[in-house]
Amino acid sequence: MKTINLEQIQETLYYKQLDNGLDVYLLPRAEMEKTYGIFATKYGSIDQTFTPIGKDDFVTVPDGIAHFLEHKMFEKEDGDVFQQFTKQGASANAYTSFTRTAYLFSSTTNVMENMTTLLDFVQEPYFTEETVEKEKGIIGQEIKMYDDQPDWRLFFGAIGSMYKNHPVKIDIAGTVESIQEITKDDLYTCYETFYHPSNMILFVTGAFDPKEMLDHIVQNQLKKTFRKADEINRSFPEEPMEVAKKEDQLRMPVSISKCLVGIKGDPTQLNQEALPKVKLVTQMVLDYFFSKSGEYFEELYNDGLIEGDLSYEMHIEQNFAFSLVGGDTKDPEKLSNRLKQMLLNIKNESIAEESFDAMKRKRLGELIRSLNSLESTANQFIDYYQLNLNLFDVYETLQNMTKQEFDEVVSNWISEERISTFSIVPNHE
Amino acid sequence: MSELNEQIIEQNGYYLHIIPTKKFKTNVLLIRFLAPLEKETATKRALLPFVLQKGTKNFPSERQLRTKLDELYGAKLNMDCSKKGENHLITIQISFVNEKFLPTDEQIMADVLSLVKELLLEPNGENGSFKKEIVEREKDTLRQKIQSIKDQKMSYANMRLIDEMCKGEPFETHVHGYLEDLDEINEKNLYETFQAMLNDDRMDIYVLGDIDANQVETSIQKHVNFRRNRKHEATNVKANKEVKDYNEVIEAEKVQQGKLHIGFRTNTTFSDDDYYVLQVFNGLFGGFPHSKLFMNVREKHQLAYYASSRIESHKGLLLVFSGIAPSVFQKAKEIIMEQWNEMKQGNFTDEQVEETKRLTIHQLKETFDHPVGIIELMYHQVIGNKSITPNEMFEAIEQVKKEDLIQLAEKMELDTIYFLTSEGEEQ
Repeated sequence: MKTINLEQIQETLYYKQLDNGLDVYLLPRAEMEKTYGIFATKYGSIDQTFTPIGKDDFVTVPDGIAHFLEHKMFEKEDGDVFQQFTKQGASANAYTSFTRTAYLFSSTTNVMENMTTLLDFVQEPYFTEETVEKEKGIIGQEIKMYDDQPDWRLFFGAIGSMYKNHPVKIDIAGTVESIQEITKDDLYTCYETFYHPSNMILFVTGAFDPKEMLDHIVQNQLKKTFRKADEINRSFPEEPMEVAKKEDQLRMPVSISKCLVGIKGDPTQLNQEALPKVKLVTQMVLDYFFSKSGEYFEELYNDGLIEGDLSYEMHIEQNFAFSLVGGDTKDPEKLSNRLKQMLLNIKNESIAEESFDAMKRKRLGELIRSLNSLESTANQFIDYYQLNLNLFDVYETLQNMTKQEFDEVVSNWISEERISTFSIVPNHE
Repeated sequence: MSELNEQIIEQNGYYLHIIPTKKFKTNVLLIRFLAPLEKETATKRALLPFVLQKGTKNFPSERQLRTKLDELYGAKLNMDCSKKGENHLITIQISFVNEKFLPTDEQIMADVLSLVKELLLEPNGENGSFKKEIVEREKDTLRQKIQSIKDQKMSYANMRLIDEMCKGEPFETHVHGYLEDLDEINEKNLYETFQAMLNDDRMDIYVLGDIDANQVETSIQKHVNFRRNRKHEATNVKANKEVKDYNEVIEAEKVQQGKLHIGFRTNTTFSDDDYYVLQVFNGLFGGFPHSKLFMNVREKHQLAYYASSRIESHKGLLLVFSGIAPSVFQKAKEIIMEQWNEMKQGNFTDEQVEETKRLTIHQLKETFDHPVGIIELMYHQVIGNKSITPNEMFEAIEQVKKEDLIQLAEKMELDTIYFLTSEGEEQ
């Protein structure tokens, strides 16, 4: 077991790669009540075309299958895994993102037992035609629920305006139609291909003894046999550098318009060395200009172009990256034009050295603050892990970052052909 | 797990609560003002947090104020209003990173305290008035916020359920206020409302983190020393409305999914002895994934992605929520009612009761891992006017028996069924 001393935050991280390839990270937080464990595979909604394990030809599976699989992992021959966790006083959950499926529990008693349940249920699939059919109604209602949420529609609308072919544009849950095609065999194909321990990570944080925990995990894994790990072959369609549609909109029953400006990342800039800086700088720049202390936020507020807050976020993954900025507005056209101008102008803004220091300070504070929550610590850690980075190196990267490095990232961040806008406007307009 | 001790010190006109803990990387300062929940003041009080965040005398713009917070290693300021039972709350919350994790010797707490003092005592305005342009602009922000509740169908259906269910009771009051009351608000009368809040509301200050209690007490006394003439105390709802017959309300909008929201009167609030019975009841009925609602509406009949319940601790309500296809309204309603009946009949095992108790305790313990969760849990005691330690809470949950749950199910009354359906499906 490797011990990593995290001086800045006064914690210790433990790491071991097991013989079957599983990466195990433990971050004890003795003073907390609970233990939060998350078991995740590098498999999400974008992994649609791949060569199934032991086969040579690529297959393309129906939209929404990773999420469907996540739902079906909870059902076993002898009942529902939720009930098992309940018996052991724990709560459990799961989520699917573009690049990940994650299963998790939180518990304040029977922690080791719950850890066993987590490992076992994710490593023992049980799918039948009958249970697969049953889930279609439930997930259908999940999709309908999202269909009524304007912010969710806005998010996927904006992604759709940026991406022409890349499967990131497909709704994570798929559509009511696409999930009808899913069969139990499809689920087994995806499971066998993507749920090998060498494609997975286990991150545990909270009130436990690290040696005891690791030993428990190792013993559990030793009881199981896994085939030899194969490299996973995924295929992604060719994606042009420029955005798919510079402008697009959707009509919905909303009380006010909403708009999001999307900045499609240039994948050639996502090399391993640049990644940690790109992640930090993008966040810092968006925050510097568009948070409530930002010059651009103030300008848009004073001009009456935004109602309430601006929202901004970024998604940086290994084969795609994008940022989004926008909000509620009475004039989506004007707001999106102004946001575009502002974004294009950022590389010409000269940011003073002291502003750069202030940005670094704020970022450091926010990174440390996020460790209050075990959930967000674990999930951020896995975000970084999926980029082959260690979250806890971020303090050093941040402290050592020079103004010149910062400027370099900023200057390559945005170009006109990679910007798009998407709006939702009220039905009656 | 670490021991949590709340020290409550009565000060001149307010209560100071100090909660030392080493669990977190940040410290939290939270100030809460409490007044009775009433329509007459709701809109003005809802507007106050918007206006106050727009600046102070020394930081006359929102941008300047937020830049100051950024400099304090990204201190986070939140100001909002909410209701608990029949009380209207205005909360100012600042959390900031503990200096021991930062490359600095600065005392962030001192800066935070003087900033809060400024927010309260030196707002942006003069001669007994806020700035007119700020108030007018923020009225617009609030107007938009009120209108957009309708865009979030779950919150909208919940609001409509309470409208129908609690007609004529203070609890029906919309915490974000009313469109029709916005016009008469101006920079002067809003300032009066602000002064009334400072002067008359019950005020509680919470400081939580890796802190020295004595030092905190001294510096709070130094910064928060304005004269107060406190007259409001928490309203504790005791008398419950008698339900003669339940009411069914169906409304149609352009929606893909119907929202079925059902309100029950539990006749049990935080200060009652059977409050923890209610907690366990809610867990088994609709709070957890092994609950009757989840197992039947979702797993057995596949009518919904979510079907759950929660309680209003200080009003004695239990609310059921489910998102269903418009066409299955009758069926879903029947299944939900059947689950209530199952609870009355005692059709659940002792083992299920034990599991639910364990999970209820787990959920409570989880709250202790969030700084504001701890404060909210402590604040329940202010509203309920009843003090209870975490261990006593666990104990009370442990005591719950099957018979208690049956009794509670029998005591519970169906009040209102609200269904938001898609246009054309009203019948």
